[in-house]
Amino acid sequence: MSQSFFLSTFFLRAILAGSFLAISCGLLGVFLVLRKDAMISHGLSHVAFAGVALGLVLNLMPIFFSVIVALGGSFLILQLKDRARLPGDVAIGILSSAGMALAVFLSALRQDFGAELMAYLFGDILAIAPAEVGLSAALVLLVVSAIAFYYHQLVFMTFDRETASVSGLKIKKLDRVLIILTAVTIVLGIRIVGLLLVTGLTVIPAASALQLGRNFKSTLFLSTLLSLISIGGGIVLAYAFNLPASAAIIFISLTLFLLCLFLKKIS
Amino acid sequence: MENQPEEIVRLEQVTYSYNNIPAIKDINLSINRGDFLAIIGPNGSGKTTLLKIIVGLLKPNQGRVWLFGLPLDKFNQWFRLGYIQQKATYFDPVFPISVEEVVGSNLQAIRKEKALTRSQIKDRVHEALRIVSLEKEIKKLIKELSGGQQQRVLIARALATEPEILLLDEPTEGVDALTQERFYDLLGQLNQEKNLTIVLVTHDYVIVNKHVKQVACLNQKLIYHGKHSEFCQSTVVQELLKGGHHFVSHRH
Repeated sequence: MSQSFFLSTFFLRAILAGSFLAISCGLLGVFLVLRKDAMISHGLSHVAFAGVALGLVLNLMPIFFSVIVALGGSFLILQLKDRARLPGDVAIGILSSAGMALAVFLSALRQDFGAELMAYLFGDILAIAPAEVGLSAALVLLVVSAIAFYYHQLVFMTFDRETASVSGLKIKKLDRVLIILTAVTIVLGIRIVGLLLVTGLTVIPAASALQLGRNFKSTLFLSTLLSLISIGGGIVLAYAFNLPASAAIIFISLTLFLLCLFLKKIS
Repeated sequence: MENQPEEIVRLEQVTYSYNNIPAIKDINLSINRGDFLAIIGPNGSGKTTLLKIIVGLLKPNQGRVWLFGLPLDKFNQWFRLGYIQQKATYFDPVFPISVEEVVGSNLQAIRKEKALTRSQIKDRVHEALRIVSLEKEIKKLIKELSGGQQQRVLIARALATEPEILLLDEPTEGVDALTQERFYDLLGQLNQEKNLTIVLVTHDYVIVNKHVKQVACLNQKLIYHGKHSEFCQSTVVQELLKGGHHFVSHRH
């Protein structure tokens, strides 16, 4: 691999967008895993896929439509949990199936965008456009600011929801903040690692950090660091050995998870 | 003339049902400043439901609730209440939160409301941990403590906001007898020295009876509410014992 390739615009864009995504996933993942909401990213990615298909059918920005559809899906999941009193995994199961069914239906309307749809299934980090790098930067700014602003309330609610509610915290508002941030992060994750692997990015670095974290802040830091290493390392490996980037990212993430488990065992 | 006691909690004709199955019916209850009230009753008698209604976690189907003289739907000074829920000792074993973070969490949540500075929060965390004798454990992870210590951390978290009433639901479930005794001694001390109002839901009346001042005995309806000293002689106790109910003590 030539040195010039690593300095190419494609590579720099991939590294930049990937790093921004890594920070968002690393931070949000810790809250999602501890709230036992890890699978919500799986559900939302399937819902967002319907938005991608809609965008492709209309020949308009798929990312824009997937954000709208994912946000709508996230509110429906909350409604099914709160109003219909359905367990979270059931609500996620219903919405993810509905999202995928809609995506399949829409893709049947037009036969000519199979390859584009595949790029969203497995991710296509090489195809990241400059606008998407800007979108990733805006996303990370949103996620970091929201988590910094609500940090203490989110930690309290995640640790002890009932007592946090008695203490006067607006639990439902905080739920909405988390799910909105997750929906937007997932949409961007679909573009980079694809629908099928995006859940791994929100779950694996957080699960790894939880093995070694000494307090909440250090766990957030470690999760973000592991996420950055996974995405950065995955992109480099993919370019160096001509591997699919999304798979390389998840394999590095899994290796780091096993390493954290080992370090916890010997410590 | 003796001063009129200040009413902190008032329930009028409160009824609550889960899916049309009544949990509590027509409860009238008044709790005054400085009370140490034990809410007792058989399993399924509605003790936890009653406590959850007082702290606003459940909305009664009928009846009204007042906190500090305000109807519950108008009340927003939640820092005046400290709440410790049932089975609070069963923490998520992977949750990476230190003792300092747990005790500070409640304070951080009301930081703006009470205009607390960082150093004030730090001082209050240290003070609350001193009261429960856990200052040395401040940097430890909550999961590294024993069940009794974890429970004391939660007391410290509740005390850190300097509440006027502490409401506890079976707080020593799963904790050994000696730790339970120390825990209730601490509650008794807080009630005596700081005039902290305490409302305690328990199925184990024997272990708390040396500190309790009032008893509310519940079996869907409130069948007794009055002084602890008069409770033991009351016909209610005899009736409950005849009905096969026990005021359990796990001490051996």
